[in-house]
Amino acid sequence: MSGKVLHALYTDDDLLMQAVKETRKANYHINEVFTPFPVHGLDKALGLAPTRLAITAFLYGITGLTVATLMMNFIMIEDWPQDIGGKPSFSFIQNMPAFVPIMFELTVFFAAHLMVITFYMRSKIWPFKKAENPDVRTTDDHFLVEIDAANHDVDRLTKFLYDTGASEIKLIE
Amino acid sequence: MSSHYEAPIREPLVIGDKSYHDISVEIAAPVLGKANKSWWIVFSIALVAFLWGIGCIVYTVSTGIGVWGLNKTIGWAWDITNFVWWVGIGHAGTLISAVLLLFRQKWRMAVNRSAEAMTIFAVFQAGLFPIIHMGRPWLAYWVLPIPNQFGSLWVNFNSPLLWDVFAISTYLSVSLVFWWTGLLPDFAMIRDRTTSPFQKKMYGILSFGWSGRVKDWQRFEEVSLVLAGLATPLVLSVHTIVSFDFATSVVPGWHSTIFPPYFVAGAIFSGFAMVQTLLIIMRKVSNLEDYITVLHIEYMNKVILLTGGIVSVAYITEYFIGWYSGSSYENYTYLSFGAATGPYWWAFWALITCNFIVPLTLWVKSLRRNIMWTFFVALVINIGMWFERFDIIVLDLSHGRTPSSWAMFSPTFVDIGVFIGTIGFFFVLFLLYARTFPVIAQAEVKTILKSSGEFYKRMRAENGDGHVDHVEQYPASAGPSTNVKHKKGEEDFNSLDTDVEKDDQEIRSNTEGLLDSQLKKDQVEAMLARIGTFDPAVQAQDNLQKITDVGPLMEQNLHQLGVYTYNQISNMSLQDYEVLNTIIDSFGDRARRDDWATQAANLKNN
Repeated sequence: MSGKVLHALYTDDDLLMQAVKETRKANYHINEVFTPFPVHGLDKALGLAPTRLAITAFLYGITGLTVATLMMNFIMIEDWPQDIGGKPSFSFIQNMPAFVPIMFELTVFFAAHLMVITFYMRSKIWPFKKAENPDVRTTDDHFLVEIDAANHDVDRLTKFLYDTGASEIKLIE
Repeated sequence: MSSHYEAPIREPLVIGDKSYHDISVEIAAPVLGKANKSWWIVFSIALVAFLWGIGCIVYTVSTGIGVWGLNKTIGWAWDITNFVWWVGIGHAGTLISAVLLLFRQKWRMAVNRSAEAMTIFAVFQAGLFPIIHMGRPWLAYWVLPIPNQFGSLWVNFNSPLLWDVFAISTYLSVSLVFWWTGLLPDFAMIRDRTTSPFQKKMYGILSFGWSGRVKDWQRFEEVSLVLAGLATPLVLSVHTIVSFDFATSVVPGWHSTIFPPYFVAGAIFSGFAMVQTLLIIMRKVSNLEDYITVLHIEYMNKVILLTGGIVSVAYITEYFIGWYSGSSYENYTYLSFGAATGPYWWAFWALITCNFIVPLTLWVKSLRRNIMWTFFVALVINIGMWFERFDIIVLDLSHGRTPSSWAMFSPTFVDIGVFIGTIGFFFVLFLLYARTFPVIAQAEVKTILKSSGEFYKRMRAENGDGHVDHVEQYPASAGPSTNVKHKKGEEDFNSLDTDVEKDDQEIRSNTEGLLDSQLKKDQVEAMLARIGTFDPAVQAQDNLQKITDVGPLMEQNLHQLGVYTYNQISNMSLQDYEVLNTIIDSFGDRARRDDWATQAANLKNN
């Protein structure tokens, strides 16, 4: 990505939505948008692909279920079968009802933790990571749109953004 | 454009004339401000209780479980009562954050953060009891299925006690990541608001470098939704499994098939009571009455009514079945004629009064919306739910199948001390949390401000439902000034401009008051020459009050001298501090002590 970008700050979420739509309509390229809270529909307005984290959660859940099944089959049935209260442990299927709680818990455990870890990795957030929002007000009440200005007339782009309602426009070389 | 419409009949969830910025300021205030005296008093009391509890735990572990009041008949008493009580309290948080999220209840956003914190802290306390009860807590890792030195001696996966281990550790850890993920944007807000370098560093680490990119938010919302979907069955499973500890046994009174749903309802019942107890105090102490409103309290009271109703039906069922079975062994279960009239009659009636009779008052709307009464009822329910577990455990064990082994239980000071210690520990954690964490999920509250905020609801009522806050459909055609959202109307905006001009004139005349001699005037001019002058035509003034120890008065004084921006202050040297010292009476040595120039440089670069 070439260096020259414009940072346009908005002070309202509805205004931001409208500005984003108009900017895209005018064929300007929006690199990034920083918002203080989730603005519903903004991802669609920007044309972002839906996230696949829910699918990973499903896969991780299946992994957890498999781990629980294999673990309890090995421990309770194969390695050391016992006769507990007159209910011998020689068949996994017959003993399975007693294993359901832990199969469930491990499914949830794997799905939840691995999904959150995937989220952190994909979004590149972890302890000691430095924040990258260009303006501190974007966690308070300002909405910042970063627009690629490399191949555009900066003055015209600035005028355009000003007309979309931007309250501040900064050129970042 | 998303619509912010919400039926006008719904009461506002955010009271007052709030902007997004106001929400940030008010939620960051308890974190950025200093603790008041009452916080320190309560914290000290909690700390003393906590230390007392540690003493009792050390005594228990070093001497043995014999220091508790347990006997041969009653081998489980206070410890398990407290364990179940704390786990139950820990159910409200995840219910609010998960179940209410799935049901799209907006009111959860003001209370979920603290309810989740309470959950996590309560589960900590719960976890302590089984570990202490092991007698040798350093061997607690034996509950994990790990290969060991005793041949292939594995843990028993048929045992509800082991299910408990898995259920509670899953619950604790999933609640923790759910909580923390939701905290990231709010930590980021504090990181970006604070002026103290230490806080900036700490909240920078805690916020994991959250930047608020649109893709991050998309993932954030998806993760919250999926976690809610996972946590909902999880929260139901945890107390179900806790109830299995009793229900899978053959003790009369424990061996009951209605335990799982009834325990879950009871857990939510007691959890909401504890949330009420904590939030009614916190909203007052932290000035959050605009966010945690009477409406929130009423909603929680309705959940208490529902779950309390379920619990009451379960009590009646148990009582009826105990009698209807005709079994003499059921004669002294915790809900039976025998229990109501026997030696533990007081425990039986404490349960009935606290959990059944007193909560019925919440059917009356005026009582449900009465904060003092709610607080009282919540305290009573907390006590009642403790007695419920005490009754289930101690009463059922005390009169078992063999009359020769009937016995009574009386706690020793160690039993009581450990319990008080966990209450102290819980409040130590919660009080620390209330001072250092954003106690309301401000990012989420901002998303509902336009639909449920009082100001926006009033705007819609006045301007019609089709009104969308000052945003023109095609702004580019009408020029920029129509688009910039301002909370005030157009005329107010104009008058604001003239105000500024008036201020300027006033400043010039006021300067005379502060600069009473030619010498001072010269000094200030020389200072402005060094640090730079402020030109209102091309520059915007900064909020000088972000600098430590600059209050409204000091800011006004600085304005009178012509100091308006961080840039100017960041250029100040000791010489300039001296000038300020001679001119502004209340100045003292503050600038030097707090190093205004460095602070201003930081603020400027933000």
